[in-house]
Amino acid sequence: MNGVHDLGGMDGFGPVVREQDEPVFHSEWERRMFALALSTMASRCFNVDEFRRTIERMPPVRYLSTSYYERWLYAVEALLAEKGVITRDELESEMRGPVERGAQLATARAEPATRMSERVPGQGSRKPRFCIGERVSTKNINPPGHTRIPRYARGKRGIVRYDWGVFVFPDSHAHGLGRNPQHCYGVEFNGRELWGQDHPARERVYLDLWEDYLAPDRRNGVKAKQATTRPAPARTSTAGPRDAGKLRARRGRAR
Amino acid sequence: MSTKDHDHNAPESGPALRVKALEALLVEKGVVQPAVLDALIDSYEHKIGPRNGARVVARAWVDAAYKKRLLTDAAAAIAELGFPPGPQGEYMMVLENTPRVHNMVVCTLCSCYPWSVLGLPPVWYKSTPYRSRAVSDPRGVLKEFGLELGAEVEVRVWDSSAEMRYMVLPMRPPGTDHLGEQELASIVTRDAMIGTAIVKYPPDKGSSVGAPAR
Repeated sequence: MNGVHDLGGMDGFGPVVREQDEPVFHSEWERRMFALALSTMASRCFNVDEFRRTIERMPPVRYLSTSYYERWLYAVEALLAEKGVITRDELESEMRGPVERGAQLATARAEPATRMSERVPGQGSRKPRFCIGERVSTKNINPPGHTRIPRYARGKRGIVRYDWGVFVFPDSHAHGLGRNPQHCYGVEFNGRELWGQDHPARERVYLDLWEDYLAPDRRNGVKAKQATTRPAPARTSTAGPRDAGKLRARRGRAR
Repeated sequence: MSTKDHDHNAPESGPALRVKALEALLVEKGVVQPAVLDALIDSYEHKIGPRNGARVVARAWVDAAYKKRLLTDAAAAIAELGFPPGPQGEYMMVLENTPRVHNMVVCTLCSCYPWSVLGLPPVWYKSTPYRSRAVSDPRGVLKEFGLELGAEVEVRVWDSSAEMRYMVLPMRPPGTDHLGEQELASIVTRDAMIGTAIVKYPPDKGSSVGAPAR
């Protein structure tokens, strides 16, 4: 969805305003809202992709004019009503004062609220379509539903730098259309590829993109030659591309 | 948004009233338990915060083997210091800043942030000005934070669009050879671990990580 939440590359919002000695929460209701969202997610009332998707459905003007935890309230309330956990009428009457409901109680779910989502890497057996160092292009897609490829990175060319393993696909998972697990890659983009040739040199943007967002880079109808897996000139981190496999392998063992 | 937008003593109305009613309803239905909510709030207000990340950074500065582990398998290395992965920390990558490479982290689509090491994000990280321009004008955004990078420094912006969470390993400032690990941790700021600042010594006044100790 080409929503207002997809902010990357927009201008006009002014300078970044920082608060001195900012508290973790600004009021008691923010504390409770934070915990309610995590706890209902952990109780599997909804998943994190549905949660993000619902925030994105807020009317743009409302999205921009509400605070962070007000968006959480909007999404949790909407999802719990859609899933039949609560009804709007129940909530409205609760707001007028405590209500005796007696026998309507749902079964208690006492799972500890430790996981934010059921997002876990898949079994890892799925063969990756792309390899580290491969040049790829992102698809120019504009799905009406939830997606995690920002507008600014669609139809652009990049290089796969990391293979993070297999993850649930948000575009389907947010809509109850299944987990559709697939590889998710760390893809490197040159700043000028994203923002044009006038953009300052020496800027790169890294995005984590699922396989379905990517295609082989076929310029002139020929699959582009594989990019060097040598670290980029300025890269000095020891966590280079070749370590990603190791990282994945370790995770595999850990499970 | 600042604290003045919130009147702490106002009678309950708007979101405060709604959240209270929502909690009461969900408790009544057995969907949530007040004690679990209290424990979650206590964790994120008092136990999980940027001091955890600062300890990771200080260890990496004094222990080369640890640093290597941190840069190759961050979640495991972070867990070594007693910080469990938890939500928004299961899949971690630590990015090392060097004289030639400066990393910074953003989430343009929402507010993804490495909770396990930095706690919950500050309001500015979740705000539209930061989310919109961090990818298209990182040097401009860094200037607003008082950080001017030379043209020879490559800027790498990590837009957290999936489940990987990123923390920056800032450079150890010069003149800190005499400091022990604990003192080093005390000069590491949250913003330096997001990549919108560097660590200075002696530190700027009021630039501590700003989270209660464990």
